[in-house]
Amino acid sequence: MQYASNGQKLYVKHCQNCHGAQGEGLGKLYPPLTDTLFLKEHRSQLACIIRNGMRGEIKVHGISYNQQMPAIPELTNIDIAFILTYITTYFGNSKTHFKQEEIAEFLDNCKK
Amino acid sequence: MKLLKLSFLVFFGTYILSACQSEQKKLPIYGETTTVTNMVDGKEVVDSVYHTIPDFSFLNQDSVLISQDFFKDKIYVANFFFTHCPSICPTMQRNLLKAYEKYKGNNKIAFLSHSIDFKYDQPYVLKDYATKLGVDNDQWQFVTGKKQDVYGISDKYMVFTKEDANVPGGYDHSSYLVIIDPARRIRGAYDGTNDEQVSKLLSDLDLILKEYN
Repeated sequence: MQYASNGQKLYVKHCQNCHGAQGEGLGKLYPPLTDTLFLKEHRSQLACIIRNGMRGEIKVHGISYNQQMPAIPELTNIDIAFILTYITTYFGNSKTHFKQEEIAEFLDNCKK
Repeated sequence: MKLLKLSFLVFFGTYILSACQSEQKKLPIYGETTTVTNMVDGKEVVDSVYHTIPDFSFLNQDSVLISQDFFKDKIYVANFFFTHCPSICPTMQRNLLKAYEKYKGNNKIAFLSHSIDFKYDQPYVLKDYATKLGVDNDQWQFVTGKKQDVYGISDKYMVFTKEDANVPGGYDHSSYLVIIDPARRIRGAYDGTNDEQVSKLLSDLDLILKEYN
């Protein structure tokens, strides 16, 4: 519960302007965060995307997106754990949360 | 029974009041106003001279030169943004999109977004952005121009813009959405990141449409 409310505060501050208050994205510019299949399949890369940003084409809900997402290097591992827990439980259908230790491991293995 | 009577009275009273108010209400005219004195039929007549948006010429998302003529006889909403702005623009454009969708097809209303990133936001970049945002007609113009022209005209719209390396994205600007009437006068300015002000923008657009009907 704690995780989700801290996550919401961080989401509003860092993510909501592009991804929307309901995680709906914006047109074909910024993807929604409601594709539970995408979240599941890319679980180990999500922390990298949040910390380092990303570029290149991705498909969400079958629709192609290709804008650059900015990095947010000032986010700590626990911040990222909060945000991902919030996103996957509120916009996705996950019932589990991300642990800080998981995030550290994910970030060690980010694709260059 | 008493409660029913009272609530009926309140409803009726509010209706009368609001009907009266909406009849007389017009959007104010903003900006520096001066006066000019003319001789009409031998008598001195004092007229107000309002602040207006000057002539302009910018390249739009289809690489066509757009000027004030495009907006002749129209009410338009203007703002300043850039396509890879990470902070306020997504919210501002998301909200302006609501206005675009509400008045889509109404040829008395148009939208003009000026890019303040004259280095990166070439017409094809603006076109890509506009299409992906969900704009599929020429009612919403996205334009680019020389630095001094865009930043110069932002002053006329009373919107703050500045190149600033210390700000995310490198360009600092305010998120105001400005309503311009067919006489090129400023009739309202609304913070595009504030839901309440965006609602007011939508209701004020209805109001000014009535004025120019």
